[in-house]
Amino acid sequence: MTGPVLSLRDVRKTYVMGELHVDALAGVSMDVYDGEYVAVMGPSGSGKSTLMHILGCLDVPTSGTYELAGTDVSRMTETELAEVRNRRIGFVFQGFNLLPTLNAWRNVELPLLYAGVSREARRERAADALARVGLADRMEHRPGELSGGQQQRVAVARALVTDPSLILADEPTGNLDSRATADVLGLLAELSAAGRTIMLITHEPDVAAAAQRTVRIRDGLVEIATAGAA
Amino acid sequence: MSTLETFRSALEALRSHRLRSALTMLGILIGIAAVILTVGLGQGAQSQVQAQISKLGSNLLVVTPGSTTSSTGVRGGRGTSSTLTNADAQALATTSVAPDIRAVAATATSNQSVTAGTTNWTTSVVGTTPTWAQVRSRDLSSGRFLTADDVTQAQPVAVLGSETVTQLFNGRNPVGQSVSINGSTFTVVGVLTAIGSTSTTANEDDQVIVPQTTFATRVAVSSARAAVSTIYIEATAQDTLTAAYQEARSLLLTRHGVTTNAADFTISSQQSLLQTATATDRTLTILLGGVAAISLLVGALGIANMMLVSVAERVREIGLRKALGATPAAVRRQFLVEASSLGVSGGICGLALAGVGAVVLPHFLAQPVTISTSAAAAAVGVSLLIGVVAGVYPASRAARLAPIDALRND
Repeated sequence: MTGPVLSLRDVRKTYVMGELHVDALAGVSMDVYDGEYVAVMGPSGSGKSTLMHILGCLDVPTSGTYELAGTDVSRMTETELAEVRNRRIGFVFQGFNLLPTLNAWRNVELPLLYAGVSREARRERAADALARVGLADRMEHRPGELSGGQQQRVAVARALVTDPSLILADEPTGNLDSRATADVLGLLAELSAAGRTIMLITHEPDVAAAAQRTVRIRDGLVEIATAGAA
Repeated sequence: MSTLETFRSALEALRSHRLRSALTMLGILIGIAAVILTVGLGQGAQSQVQAQISKLGSNLLVVTPGSTTSSTGVRGGRGTSSTLTNADAQALATTSVAPDIRAVAATATSNQSVTAGTTNWTTSVVGTTPTWAQVRSRDLSSGRFLTADDVTQAQPVAVLGSETVTQLFNGRNPVGQSVSINGSTFTVVGVLTAIGSTSTTANEDDQVIVPQTTFATRVAVSSARAAVSTIYIEATAQDTLTAAYQEARSLLLTRHGVTTNAADFTISSQQSLLQTATATDRTLTILLGGVAAISLLVGALGIANMMLVSVAERVREIGLRKALGATPAAVRRQFLVEASSLGVSGGICGLALAGVGAVVLPHFLAQPVTISTSAAAAAVGVSLLIGVVAGVYPASRAARLAPIDALRND
């Protein structure tokens, strides 16, 4: 067995608000192995969003180390982090975050644009990714012409297109009705079955139940980590 | 992200706000067009004056007599006294005294009625020497100019301006024909090539040139036969014009036995005429150009403003692009390219508008508008620069946005 895809060691994040020092994360350690499907659960204010930002390389910890695919990313510069986000992480957001002026495949190709992939290759890979989420026939549709579930599928295709080490889904079903929720969770389960490493951040137990194991977080600390299949 | 992709996505962003982009561009468009047109008007006026003055003869100094003062103290204008003589002209032509003077032509002028057959025409008759043609840089379209013999023998010969030929001979070749001036018959020996009439001076194409000796005995029979109205001096080169001026001045002061303060003559150069004419034009050009430049500045502020609004409006998009792997440099580049695209397209449209203006405006102003390629290139360059400068602050603001803050904006 190879080393973990991601590994947190005593990660702390402190926000300074005037005189007040708030420990959003008070020393989190965890490992996620290749092919795992992990849910991070916690109520709002638990430090779950901060954890997600650090996992997604959108922010750096105040102290502690974070290794992603064997590389320490906890002390990287803004530009280096941008590259790590581009190559290693596929994001799925609660609000889809698709650009409304671009059609489906142009949205999916965006990460490849910043990776310097040629236009032909981008189109081909975007088409493949859209086919994998079952939207091969919606290539030219703009987000406004798609349902919520379909938009989130486009977002999943965008997360897949760079073939990242980790798919990070932040409340991916928060804006969806129950049918679309089931739809998107089904898609994530399929990807997991195909060997993808997925981290799902949610506050809904029903959603977290879809994952292989759940990490509960409260007051900036890992409370319960249920044993995973790994 | 490649340069091509950066441009493509910048243009897409501008297209998605068509009206706003167009209005912002309009600011630069108007500014650039205004600057190009005012500078073009100034250059047009300047080249017009230059062309007119170079027609009058290059390296030319013009000596005119000083003013008269009557017994009651009333002073006449420049040239009213008759203090210059042929002897002055001959002295100026002496190489040993004035080495920087190449040729001298003394002229005396009188308005006379000239008759050819049954046609008559009142024009200025000029008595001068063979050097006149060289000094005034005039050519002949037919026949010959005055010769030294014509002057020494006081021959009754005349050289006509082209306009005079049109008036007296209705365009027929007058060489060998005769004209009558003040009762004397003159044989036409040559016709001057037309130089185009100039509005600032007497019509150079409408005059009759006769030998100065003949002029004194037959045309202007006056008390001051030796007097000349103007002496034209040609310097050996453009560079020696100042030296020639000094030589002519000190020689005439000595000959007339007067001090500098009491000089009874004036020496002016075409250069001084040119300077006076262009100084006026330049002042106007600078003034109008300044106003135009201010409008360009306002256009630049428009770009900066629109880019700031655009960054504020697209916080989510910027955050998303960063999350997907856009580096701060890539984000900065995208906004800079958007701003400079606005600038350049405004500049190019402004140039096109100025091109239309350069064709249309002369019909209303009776002034030529000269748009040089260098001015056009400079205009496009300046509009690019304006776009970049106006884009720097908004672009670095966008680049500095933290992706988490940007994405949080729900």
